[in-house]
Amino acid sequence: MNLVVNGKDYHDLPEGMTVGALLDHLTLPRKKIAVERNMEIVSKSKFDDAVLCEGDRLEIIHFIGGG
Amino acid sequence: MSPNNTIEKLIVAGREFDSRLIIGTGKYKTYQENADALVASGADMVTVAVRRVNLSNPDEPMLVDFIDPKKYTYLPNTAGCFTGEDAVRTLRLAREAGGWDLVKLEVLSHPKHLYPDMEETMRAAKLLIDDGFEVMVYCTDDPVFARKLEDMGCAAIMPLGAPIGSGLGIQNPLNIQFIVEQTSVPVIVDAGVGTASDAALAMELGCDGVLMNTAIAAAQDPIRMAVAMKHAVIAGREAFLAGRMERKQYAVASSPLAKEGMID
Repeated sequence: MNLVVNGKDYHDLPEGMTVGALLDHLTLPRKKIAVERNMEIVSKSKFDDAVLCEGDRLEIIHFIGGG
Repeated sequence: MSPNNTIEKLIVAGREFDSRLIIGTGKYKTYQENADALVASGADMVTVAVRRVNLSNPDEPMLVDFIDPKKYTYLPNTAGCFTGEDAVRTLRLAREAGGWDLVKLEVLSHPKHLYPDMEETMRAAKLLIDDGFEVMVYCTDDPVFARKLEDMGCAAIMPLGAPIGSGLGIQNPLNIQFIVEQTSVPVIVDAGVGTASDAALAMELGCDGVLMNTAIAAAQDPIRMAVAMKHAVIAGREAFLAGRMERKQYAVASSPLAKEGMID
């Protein structure tokens, strides 16, 4: 399965992977981030239920310094 | 009264804040310096930006590791957004990341002056309010737009004092005063403050608070400037509440000058 995460292509990911599994794969701390999938928010409580599909576009964000 | 307080708390959208100073978290050399400046400033609210996680280095330091979102109110901004839709999308993500609905809306225009695009700002404010956000809005120092934003339901009106990052101080105190006079929600000067006297002036004009980033972050000694800003905001607020003396054209002696009281 192929995904686009934060504008970058990711190839050959396992079929049926959930958002939670992807975050673990990327070693991202769940508590400190938020996820948008194909322009829709994926709530933290749904990370382990949301199964990803071929070509999904994900944005994973956090807070950085700003004015 | 704690040293950070003026007499009364700042209240925005029903939330109480001890300090009337809000500081940014951009442009510091390190997050640690930022955290130290925050403590020194006495502020209890910080603006933050929302950006993609760096996937090539997931272990790099994160802001939340240095500034605890449980202890300080994070005010997510929409810097970098140029349309209402971008702003709404960004703040929905911020709300999901942190659970906050108090946000700072800024829809910028040309990079040279970073003036708010007021047409898009108005549109975005409406979209956000309809989506349940409490919107603190960065705006021009135009009393007409300020009124429209307040009527729309914005939680705070935040006119610029001068262009973002310019440090030029309040360029149009008359307009800031007009806005203060007509507005029922908090008015917070956002952008343009360069040094302590600029912050004091904003408060003397009757503003409810001051938001700054570069004035502290780009000072030679940011921690010391943070202390200066804390005192400036308190001084300005107290001076405003005290009510300044009347301006007079000529001198009025402070010691009695009557001849009969003087030694020969």
